[in-house]
Amino acid sequence: MLKIDNLHARVEGKDILKGLSLEVKPGEVHAIMGPNGAGKSTLGNVLSGREGYEVTEGSVVFEGRNLLELEPEERAAAGVFLAFQYPVEIPGVNNTYFLRAAYNAQRKARGEAELDSMQFLKRVREKLKVMQLSPELLNRAVNEGFSGGEKKRNEIFQMALLEPKLAILDETDSGLDIDALKQVAEGVNALRSPERSFIVVTHYQRLLDYIVPDFVHVLAGGRIVESGDRSLALKLEERGYAWLAEHGEPAGADA
Amino acid sequence: MNQPARTPFVAALADASLPASGIAWLDRARRENLDAFLAAGLPDTRVEAWKYTALRALAQRSFAAGDAQAADRVVDPAALALPGVEGPALVFVNGAFRADLSSLDALPEGIGLRPLSQALASEPEPLRFALSRHYREAGEAFARLNAAFARDGAVLRVAAGARVAAPLRLLFVGAPADGDVAWHLRNVVELEEDAELSLVEQHLGTGEQAHLGTVLTDHTLHAGAILRHAVLQQAGAASSLVRRSHYRLDARAQVYLHALELGGGLARHDVWAELVGDAAAFHTRGAFLPGGRQHADTQLAIHHRARDTVSSSLWRGVASGRGRGVFRGAIVVNAGADGADASLGNKNLLLSPQAEIDTKPELEIYADEVKAAHGATVGQLDERALFYLRSRGIPGAQARSLLTAAFARAPFESLEHEALRAHVEQLLLAQLPG
Repeated sequence: MLKIDNLHARVEGKDILKGLSLEVKPGEVHAIMGPNGAGKSTLGNVLSGREGYEVTEGSVVFEGRNLLELEPEERAAAGVFLAFQYPVEIPGVNNTYFLRAAYNAQRKARGEAELDSMQFLKRVREKLKVMQLSPELLNRAVNEGFSGGEKKRNEIFQMALLEPKLAILDETDSGLDIDALKQVAEGVNALRSPERSFIVVTHYQRLLDYIVPDFVHVLAGGRIVESGDRSLALKLEERGYAWLAEHGEPAGADA
Repeated sequence: MNQPARTPFVAALADASLPASGIAWLDRARRENLDAFLAAGLPDTRVEAWKYTALRALAQRSFAAGDAQAADRVVDPAALALPGVEGPALVFVNGAFRADLSSLDALPEGIGLRPLSQALASEPEPLRFALSRHYREAGEAFARLNAAFARDGAVLRVAAGARVAAPLRLLFVGAPADGDVAWHLRNVVELEEDAELSLVEQHLGTGEQAHLGTVLTDHTLHAGAILRHAVLQQAGAASSLVRRSHYRLDARAQVYLHALELGGGLARHDVWAELVGDAAAFHTRGAFLPGGRQHADTQLAIHHRARDTVSSSLWRGVASGRGRGVFRGAIVVNAGADGADASLGNKNLLLSPQAEIDTKPELEIYADEVKAAHGATVGQLDERALFYLRSRGIPGAQARSLLTAAFARAPFESLEHEALRAHVEQLLLAQLPG
């Protein structure tokens, strides 16, 4: 589904990703952990096409297409979704209006019929139940006046509505208390399927107690230095990221 | 003193005959204002009030003084409809009252509404104070012209204690004539004590025409009166429209002005408010959206002259193409206006490298215990918001227009009339590029 090969990326003249490779197959959940400044958020931004991130080397192929050539909206229509670490408040743009515009734009781009407002609302109500979000939030402006937890839940709600093939969760756990974290994880788990893949970017292993990954990768210095199963996350939790530095050569040496 | 060389604009009006009313004071005021205009002509950019709005191009054009066939110009009544706002309407085309397009049958109790031409014919004396004014400032050229040539307009009076919820409409239409004409309208609006009125003022243009219109309006609010005033300016794209609106507020009177400036090649609006009674309140919300080669100039001058007076102004500007926006917001708190509370904000968006907006908030305070705040910004769309929308699949152009419409819509969220608010939103979406 997704193949990242030797990806190098630069932000404001500074090299952040320095040869990152990763392959994600349908239905897999990959966790990417790493210390601050390792390039975790850069990965999500590069994959979703944010401006200001310059890819200097390497390739990203998503379902046979060169992802890096596509505009952000084309990537969305192709099935890539980024749950933002800091969801943006957009005063004056009604949440429901925004969701329908996004949903229909994606359908249009894929050559599918657009939904009218009645059909769309029906769909929204179904998905709201899953995320336990108050319908009242739909009448507000996008993310405006939402609490930290509401913002993150709203991201997962959007994901549920848009049904992407690949979802990238960028530190979705940051700033959440344990109850909100559980709700978010439940929402994500409800969306897991043999066709849908996830890249879960996080600093803490706590989230992975609730969203159990198939693979765990450690990102440091712009590259994946360690890959393993769930136990790698527990080890990191126990020993801290400092352990990595002493650990010498990367790539699955530990068993 | 040197007489300035006469521009084509001035020369065309020099020989025009003034309307003869048969009312001595009115004819005299018209003559004096015309003489003042002819002596000084149009102001240049050295006059502070016209610093950012050059009239050089206008001065080189000549306009006929009024449209003799204004009564017969064809206007499609459907073009005048405002969905959700039915009710009494007074319609003027090229400066003349049009009974055939107006509807005055169902006037609510306590409302007096009629054209100025009729009011002058039957009962001119109550209008004497308003219509015999002389405009003495160099920047008041259009007011002088208006005072000299206006022969029609709306005279609207709301009796003490009368409360009218459904909006009344005043429509000012420019329609194609034989060549370009200069037309002028003079309105007098008065709300007696504790009267309440909702008023929709529309400026429309039909067909191809490049007229000059001037509209001069006095709004007088006696103690406790409340005026909800919505202005939709959609003048013809090639026309010039110069408006001046005075508001005089007695004690506890309140004005809520919402103004949307969309049309006109050259559109200028002066809002002049005087809060002369204690605890009077003047609130303005508005947006101007010059695109193409449009020039939109809004000038607010709000004078706090009494204690505990309140004013607030929130304006947004969006310039695209080679559009040029000008905003000046001046607040003056006079000596003795203690306890005044004034705020003014103007945020602007530039959507193209050739677009320009000049904004200038001004604050003068001569009283004590005053709360005042003002600020202005000019910027571009928020890149973070733009990326957020695009990352959800909304194409770039659509995302831009969504954000721009949201920005321009903000001042109208406080517009109480739902149909009117929906109409404003539609107009905004239709106007914006993308």
